[in-house]
This record gives sequence, structure tokens and C-alpha cells, in this order.
Amino acid sequence: MILDDFLVRAALAGVGVAFSAAPLGCFVVWRRMAYFGDATAHAAILGVALSLVLSTSIFAGVLVIAMVMATLVSLLSGRGYAMDTLLGVLAHSALAFGLVAVSFVSGVRIDLMAYLFGDILAVGKSDLVLIWFGVVFVLGLMRWRWSNLLMATLNTDLAYACGIDPRREQLVLNLALAVVVAVAIKVVGVLLIAALLIIPAAAARTFSRTPEVMALLAAVTGALATIGGLQAAYWLDTPTGPTIVSLATILFMSSGFVGLTRRRLSRGMSPPGRGSG
Amino acid sequence: MKLLRIEHLDVVRGDHLILQDVHLVLERGEIVTIVGPNGSGKTTLLKTIVGALGPTRGMIEMPRGLTIGYVPQRLHLDATLPLTVARFMNLPRRHSSHHVDRALKRAGSEGLIHRQMSDLSGGQLQRVLLARAVLESPDLLILDEPTQGLDQWGIADFYRQLDSVRHELGCGVLMVSHELHVVMRTSDRVICLNRTICCEGTPERVASSPAYLAMFGHDTEEALALYRHDHASSTAPLGPLS
Repeated sequence: MILDDFLVRAALAGVGVAFSAAPLGCFVVWRRMAYFGDATAHAAILGVALSLVLSTSIFAGVLVIAMVMATLVSLLSGRGYAMDTLLGVLAHSALAFGLVAVSFVSGVRIDLMAYLFGDILAVGKSDLVLIWFGVVFVLGLMRWRWSNLLMATLNTDLAYACGIDPRREQLVLNLALAVVVAVAIKVVGVLLIAALLIIPAAAARTFSRTPEVMALLAAVTGALATIGGLQAAYWLDTPTGPTIVSLATILFMSSGFVGLTRRRLSRGMSPPGRGSG
Repeated sequence: MKLLRIEHLDVVRGDHLILQDVHLVLERGEIVTIVGPNGSGKTTLLKTIVGALGPTRGMIEMPRGLTIGYVPQRLHLDATLPLTVARFMNLPRRHSSHHVDRALKRAGSEGLIHRQMSDLSGGQLQRVLLARAVLESPDLLILDEPTQGLDQWGIADFYRQLDSVRHELGCGVLMVSHELHVVMRTSDRVICLNRTICCEGTPERVASSPAYLAMFGHDTEEALALYRHDHASSTAPLGPLS
């Protein structure tokens, strides 16, 4: 069967994560919560430790802790500390507490590197099922709440005036973020999840005129980076997760270059004495 | 027909009592303007009416099914969010292109439909916001300093547009404004707010009330001069030279 090939499983897992990360990554970029994604992802190590102690599934442990973390950040924001300070404290302390907690787990050998950097080549069939359940859930959730999320992102007062509660939409985003972190931890690992959220979305910005196009292009960019990165890692014998992120970054830089050139060209071509508006 | 009735409204934010015992009634077809110094609770009052803030005490009553069009004080557009005017008009609900075109025309912003929101000038953005607010033919328009950042031509233009919209829709208008001379000319009623309502009534009555004079001092003379100028014949006196 085709799924017996570890490279095919890896590609399917990576593409799945790229698809679910794309629309969410766009919101992370629009709402300027890049470090929010970071903090949630770093907390996942604590989730791994807890699920080992309680011998529950890693997915459940990571999901719960990521959700708790995201909610904690939402609750604490705007209470005397600047958001970036708060996230800096929470992200790194969650990682530190997680690493300390892992060291207390005796009798179980865990490959910490696999959680920090991911091991996409070790994705099994059951992992694949879990990842795609997560993907379908996140994409369904985003599609259902899309307009409300956009409105809440644009302006909270306007959202309230339309009968949308921005706090509820924030909760929806937190939940989606927790699911993406939980499914992506095996693929790219805790340290690179934020990269997979942000870089494709940032690369898609140049070519997008509407939010929907940006989410779609981010998904395409993410999938390209995943498949290309897998291939490149195979040829060059490099670590897979970091290779995927590196390729995504190359795509981002190319997109930035094209955007810059286009802007310069259009400025050069506009008739003299007329501003670009 | 009453569009809005507020009684005994208190709003507390943190440790601060921002609004205290506010009463307000707004009828259909009326333009009511709220004036007051910075930090007097004007924006808080509007936000409480649209439901963005909860009242601490008191009640806000609106007829069932009343539609509100709202123009917030400031729309910060993040450049990372690509958004055309057309897409913005269809948020959060889709509308037929006929409806969208009509709303844009009403607000005097035809031809902007394919532009990016972040590329609009201040005046264009305000008009697009007004267009979005009138999209669902609201019964009540709530505007928070809609002419902020516009030059005097832009301001005059905006109020002309607002007036025609009001006549077309027959809606009530509640707004906050700092342009005292325009306020005096365009409003049916003026409410002077400083945590609580200090005085209210027709523009002329408010402008001559001691509470208002104490609050706005020398600005008042100018506003009054312009106001009288508007209503007098062509031989009206010039405003005071500074």
C-alpha cells in the first residue's frame, strides 16, 4: 500500500499541517500575535511531560496545555503588563517548566529532540489519521467562523455593533491554535511550529487582495515548502523539519523580492506629478 | 417614535466612574450631537449603546429589530490584512452588489469599490465607513467623531453627505463631534456631556448656557459667531479676528 512508504506518510502529514496552519497563520499575522503562537507551542513540552506522567495520549496532553496557555495569555493581557513582556515570560517559562517536568519522569525514555524539532519521517498511520482529523476540524472551524473572525480582527467595536463577541472569536482562535500545535508537534516540533504558521502567510501577503486569497496562497506555499523540503532533506541528508522551514523562508524572501520589484516598477511607470495615492 | 431611551446609566471602567446617571431620548429623524471635553465619556456612551461595553447600572431601551449603523472613532487598518472596499462592505454578511453600490453612492464614495482599504485617504476611509454604516438602511446611525483628521472642506462635505443620507433614510443620528461650529449648524439637539449631562437642548440654548460656557470658554464665541452668521442675512458680521 502506498501509505507504507514513510516518505508518502511524511508528505501527507506535512501537507495536512500546512493546510490547517495556513488560515490560522493569517490570523496570527493580522492580529500581530506571532509570539502568542510561540508561547502556545512552547507550552506543548509541558503537555508532553504531563501526558507521560498521567499516561494519557500525547495529543490530548498537548491539546489541553496549549489551550490552557492560550486562554491564560488572553486573560492576563491588558492587566498591567505589556503583551510582549507577558508572552516572553510565559513562552520561555512554559518551555523551562516543561523540560524540568520531563526530567522528573523516571522509567520512561523520551526523545526530547523529537518533540523540540519534530520527526516527520517517523509519522505512523495512526499519527496520520490523528493529524487529518485535526486538519478537518480546524478547517471546518475556520470556515464556520471566518466572517466573524475577520470582523473581530478588523475592529472590536464594529464587531460588537454587528452582534459578534470578539472574546468568543478569540477563544475559537485559541482552540484552533491548540489543535494545530498538537497535530504539528510530531511534524515540525515545538520550536518550529510558529514558523510554519507565520512564514507561509507572510509570503502570501504580497500577492493577495482579499483575506481569502491570502489564506489560500498561504496553504499552497506551506504545502510547496513541505513537499519540496522533504525532497531536499532526502537529497541533502539534512534534518527534515528545519529544511521545510528554510524552504518556506526562501519562498517568503522570493515573494518579498517580487513585491518590492513590482512596487518599484509601478512607481517608475506612473506619470510624473501624480502620486500613487 | 422613540429609537433610543437611556435612563440612569452608570458606566464604571476599572476604578473610574466614567458615566453617571445619564438620561437620553432620541426620536426618529433627529440629529443629536454630543459635545464635551476629552475624557468626558462621549465614546464610552456610544460604545455602551452599540453593546461594546456593558452598563454598570441603568437601562438602555431600543425597539425590537432596530438596526444600528455604527462608525467607530478610529479604524486602525493593519497593512498585513489585504482587504478591498468590496470585501469590507460584505463583512460579516454578504449583500447584493446592487445594495453595496447604492450604499457607496449614498456616502459619496463611488469608484472606490476595488481599492484596498489601507490605501484610502482619511476622507475616503470615513466615507467608506459611512457607506458600510448605511448599508442595511439603519434606523439609527451612531457616529463617533466621523470627521476626525479631515480638513475643513472634507468636514463640510462629510456633513452634507450625512444630511442627505439622513433625509433619504429618515433615520435618527447620534454623534460625537468636536467641530463646534458645524455641530451648532447641523444638529437638532446638542447634549453637553462631562461624565454626566450638564446641559442639553437646541444648539442656541446650549451655547448660551453657563455650563457650556464654563466648559468651552473662548471657543464658544467663535462657534456662536459662525452660528449666527449662518442664520443671518448676507450682511452678517464677520467672526472675531484673532
